[in-house]
Amino acid sequence: MTLRSASDAQYQRPLTRLIDVAAGPLWLQGHEAEGGYQALKQVVKEFKPQEVQAKVKDANLRGRGGAGFPTGIKWSLIPMGPDAGTKYLVCNADEMEPGTFKDRLLMEQTPHSLVESMATAAYAIGAQTGYIFLRGEYVVAAERLNRAIDEAKAGGYLGKNILGGGWSFELYVHTGAGRYICGEETALINSLEGRRANPRAKPPFPQIAGLWGRPTIVNNVETLCNIPHIVLNGADWFKSLNQGKSKDAGTKLYGCSGRANKPGCWELPIGTTARELLEVHAGGMRGGKKLKAWLPGGASTDFLLPEHLDLAMDFDTIAKAGSRMGTGLITVVAEDQSIVSAVRNLEEFFARESCGWCTPCRDGLPWSVKMLLAIERGEGVPEDLDQLAKLTRWLGPGKTFCAHAPGAMEPLQSALKYFRAEFEAGIPACSLPQAGDTCHLPDSGRRPAAKPPNAAPASVS
Amino acid sequence: MATIHVDGKTYEVSGADNLLQACLSLGLDIPYFCWHPALDSVGACRQCAVKQYKDADDKMGRLVMSCMTPASDNTYISIADDEAKEFRETIVSLLMTNHPHDCPVCEEGGHCHLQDMTVMTGHHSREYRFTKRTHQNQYLGPFIGHEMNRCISCYRCVRYYSDYAGGKDLGVYGAAANVYFGREKDGVLESEFSGNLTEVCPTGVFTDKTHSEHYTRKWDMQFAPAICTGCAVGCNISPGERYGEIRRIENRYNGEVNGYFLCDRGRFGYGHANLKERPRQPLVRQGEGFVEAPKAEALKLAAQLLKSGKTVIGIGSPRASLEANHALRSLVGAGNFYSGAAAQDSALTALCLKVLQQGPVPAATIKRIEQSDAVLVLGEDTLGTAARVALALRQAARGKLLTMAHDKKVPDWQAASAADIAQRELNPLFIATPAATKLDEIAAGTLRADPAGLAALGHAIAHALDSSAPVASVNADIAALAQRIADTLKNAKRPLIVSGTGCGSAAVIEAAANVAYALSKLNPATAISLAVPEANSLGLALFAAPDLDAALARLGGSEAVVLVLENDLSRRASASALDAAFANSTVIAIDHQQTATTATAALVLPAASFAEGDGTWVNFEGRAQRGFQVYDPAYYDRHVAVQESWRWCAELRSALGQASWAKLDEVIADAESAIPALKGMAAAAPNAAFRIDGAKLARAPQRQSGRTAARAKVFVHEPRATQDPDSPLAFSMEGINSTHAVERPAALIPFAWSPGWNSPSAWNKFQAEVGGAMKGGDSGVHLFKHNGAASYFPATLAKSEGLSLLPLHHHFGAEELSSKAAPIQERTPQAYVALSMADAERLGIAHQALVRVEFGDYLLSLPAKVRVDLPVGSVGLPVGLAGIPPMVAGAAVRLSKGA
Repeated sequence: MTLRSASDAQYQRPLTRLIDVAAGPLWLQGHEAEGGYQALKQVVKEFKPQEVQAKVKDANLRGRGGAGFPTGIKWSLIPMGPDAGTKYLVCNADEMEPGTFKDRLLMEQTPHSLVESMATAAYAIGAQTGYIFLRGEYVVAAERLNRAIDEAKAGGYLGKNILGGGWSFELYVHTGAGRYICGEETALINSLEGRRANPRAKPPFPQIAGLWGRPTIVNNVETLCNIPHIVLNGADWFKSLNQGKSKDAGTKLYGCSGRANKPGCWELPIGTTARELLEVHAGGMRGGKKLKAWLPGGASTDFLLPEHLDLAMDFDTIAKAGSRMGTGLITVVAEDQSIVSAVRNLEEFFARESCGWCTPCRDGLPWSVKMLLAIERGEGVPEDLDQLAKLTRWLGPGKTFCAHAPGAMEPLQSALKYFRAEFEAGIPACSLPQAGDTCHLPDSGRRPAAKPPNAAPASVS
Repeated sequence: MATIHVDGKTYEVSGADNLLQACLSLGLDIPYFCWHPALDSVGACRQCAVKQYKDADDKMGRLVMSCMTPASDNTYISIADDEAKEFRETIVSLLMTNHPHDCPVCEEGGHCHLQDMTVMTGHHSREYRFTKRTHQNQYLGPFIGHEMNRCISCYRCVRYYSDYAGGKDLGVYGAAANVYFGREKDGVLESEFSGNLTEVCPTGVFTDKTHSEHYTRKWDMQFAPAICTGCAVGCNISPGERYGEIRRIENRYNGEVNGYFLCDRGRFGYGHANLKERPRQPLVRQGEGFVEAPKAEALKLAAQLLKSGKTVIGIGSPRASLEANHALRSLVGAGNFYSGAAAQDSALTALCLKVLQQGPVPAATIKRIEQSDAVLVLGEDTLGTAARVALALRQAARGKLLTMAHDKKVPDWQAASAADIAQRELNPLFIATPAATKLDEIAAGTLRADPAGLAALGHAIAHALDSSAPVASVNADIAALAQRIADTLKNAKRPLIVSGTGCGSAAVIEAAANVAYALSKLNPATAISLAVPEANSLGLALFAAPDLDAALARLGGSEAVVLVLENDLSRRASASALDAAFANSTVIAIDHQQTATTATAALVLPAASFAEGDGTWVNFEGRAQRGFQVYDPAYYDRHVAVQESWRWCAELRSALGQASWAKLDEVIADAESAIPALKGMAAAAPNAAFRIDGAKLARAPQRQSGRTAARAKVFVHEPRATQDPDSPLAFSMEGINSTHAVERPAALIPFAWSPGWNSPSAWNKFQAEVGGAMKGGDSGVHLFKHNGAASYFPATLAKSEGLSLLPLHHHFGAEELSSKAAPIQERTPQAYVALSMADAERLGIAHQALVRVEFGDYLLSLPAKVRVDLPVGSVGLPVGLAGIPPMVAGAAVRLSKGA
């Protein structure tokens, strides 16, 4: 079977075109028969590494891990040439963002796509070794990726002197031990080195000093999987995949979770609206409930409201609305769900997943959880809202060592903005300040009962 | 140079630092936790935030961490900005969410960086109303207490202990708000530098257990600028006293010597000064025992003995000050003065002095050692003989990360980034020693050989560097290693040769000197570091007096009066040799300890230890440093007759009708004129006439409380504080205490304190540039300088046959005074004999079996340690441990199976 042309309707979905969940993944022969490894063959035979980089840059591919950083620019910072020495390509497959399951789909259903993508990308940046840093729970993906790697090696697509081009590339799967922070690229690198998964200070960026102190590129699974298609079909084709819905290029793996009728993950033109995701692909809200709020792309993005559903799901449009597209897999909250509980649940996750390195994140997140728990139980005090607001400021961008705490503050700050009344409802009237009321009981969040009018004020402890 | 703008004011700074360090150096206060001048920046605590502006017109600005931001030209920042202040206060409030607020019962209280920083940010009341996390604490050995609940997770402890000091057994465990700093399980901290945790920790997680046993707040102690006598490095220390007891020792910053760190022997070995059984009154022999005698009577008795017409000789001591040794020498006459060091120690020390004084290579300071980019260690296990050198050598090896970071345009203060870049790359450190050392793990190459083999390697290296250096015949392997080392040293910018008296071999020192000489012809930046046996060994060598063996030969059993100064002769000569020499002698012992020598004396005069007396010590680089008296024991008990040895000698001179000295400055002046080699020692510290604003400098913090009650159990009226004729320091809190008024000479700063800075971080305020030299220069004065040229030592290598003695130096127990401290004893191993596998097999000796060890007059029974590292023919004995007599290195020894 020959490679389908760019005009082929099927090929409007390059990432998922070979996926047939019922039939299972294509292994080497099937993958090759469907046009797999053509891109790798082409770059090794026809392109200089810099030419591949230029194509990716021209295609305006932006990182699909959540930050949307242009991949071509990221690559252009890595030293090239004969003196560049050992370099690494790392695939960030530590997909732990709550509500996000797109990379899993790719790795489980079309493992050879990632292997080919990594080999192609490694050629472009001149890396000799690659690691797939895989979320530990993705055991099926690990098994399938390892099989694909073995097959690719046997097929001459990995290992020494690949396709006779004189270039060698070894690829390994490394399964993580279950820390969300390993999705942060420098924490991932530390973890890969066998150290604590604490993020590193930047600069130096990994392109200059990454894994083992060597130049390293870290890319997300979905990002990488676009590379062979850009190589084969060109930047213009890739840009046209958005069908005019966005300034951003390509398709995007979108998804929906939460109280929707048909949660799932779909490849669609980038810039598709959230309304289409929810109402067309996810079949609308379950039980006919109304939508109360939604997270555009993972737990670390600001809540948006139903009124934002018609925005194009791309990096800039969602940013303008005060949130981030993140991973592009939306989470919907129904009208009868408590926003306080939802936020508390998220903050518990973030507090637990803090690496413990910097003060605001390590000590601020647990404090927010305790206040949210108190509010959820109806035991909040009026100062809690100010304190929560203060935390959203002091745990924000630039204040902490990495983006973990600022991400954690995004759902909290937006929930406070849009649903303040729900938080206030968790602060009982009896806890309003009263005369002579100067000390708090530890931990209960409740204030002592009002003193008789003549009682002496309690001393400050 | 760079111009930075801070809150509208313009300052000139070096431009190489981060903003935090630059601002602190300017005297501006920014609170911080994870940053430390010796550990640099990692940006973890987020405490040092300031507002940075793009330019003069930018009014918005953004918060940056000053420790992570370069102080580059045209930087505009504000420390006073409201948002920055609020953020900094918030950080403390976050740290406090889990901090137990147990200051009243916390040992850190009153010298706590966390307290100081909390006050600095203005945080004063708690908004957090929930429970705090709690941790289990661990037993960490006799030195360090552990209270993890106080932890603010600044990561300084692990960064110091693991990254800086190379420790393996302290780590960080857990994650999120449950990070734990400790060992995998309870147990003694293995590092010989664990005590620095107590100062590195900004709060009370790691505290000095020896201090806790008799705890006193910092503000209630009396201090003095003192010199550690634990080895010849001469680290500057700040001992604290209360009620006539030394309560703890803290580091006293000296940019060239100890920097911020001490070894555990020095920090925790002060117990000898507090021993109840120390002589505090003159003791006169009566039969088998002693009776206490009043001072006047003792002096009269001593004068009678000295005037008896018998030969009078004086035996000095390498653990006593220059002043004490000089005073004894002038009392007995130069021709009757003996150094008190054993012949071998004396000769080896004299050889080191010759190399440093007459050779072309300067003696390295600790700071210079840290800056070395290639090192050869020949023969010396510095951890046992000059521990601070071992810690400095680790920094020399780690220095590689600075060059690698520099290549990637990462500033050298970016500690974590530099380490990420360098990974495990280290500067080359070659270690050629008879036995394995702890530094081997960071060595680029090691060689195990007996001293003759080490000397041969040294000569081969020297010859490879300079063909005019003498040749030694070595096998092909050694020749290849020598070539590799020579090439490495040749390519270095700041090479260093380390050796010393540790393995007891002149040949090794000579070979090391030849390497340094040869290298210095190629690179004038070459330096050498030679460890010598004791705190004042090099100072005593400047007297060029005959050694102890010469004294024993002169005595030879004849009738004589022998004045023994601060010296336990049983540690230096065999019992039979001493018995024979002293058979008809009368001994007057002047010492601050009970020793085997004081036990044989007719009269014991109670001397001052470092805690009660002033004196000058010459360290291993030839730096004369003055240590000052911490407290006056007579203030608490006027019957105590303890005084400096030189004062006893001065009073004996008076009793003999000779002109004498009343003050320290007089004995120093006399020493300078009597012994030309000591010329310049007066400049080690300002003399007693020095004043600031007409006042003396206080030894105690101005908040010292309860002074009026300190003596109330003796007598209800408070006496006038003791007047100190010897130094510009005043006892008690009377006198100048401020850092701001005038720049105090570094030699006269008893303790680190500055308004708002109660912890050791207060050293910032005394430094010209934070982490650099003290204002007005680091203290101490070099008594000699290396000379332009010297000829090579000949490569004469005596090959020994059979088994010979090899001294092994344990960090804990090898040194006399510190080994009297209980916590040091807890860490001291039992005596043993070490031998090579091959020798053990040949002799049929099993590991841990009892072995008969015969050498000199001795027959010992010791458990065997069969070691893979020892060279064949070397029999190792641990120096100074109980049950190990004095030994001559290289002497023949016989081993046999059985008890």
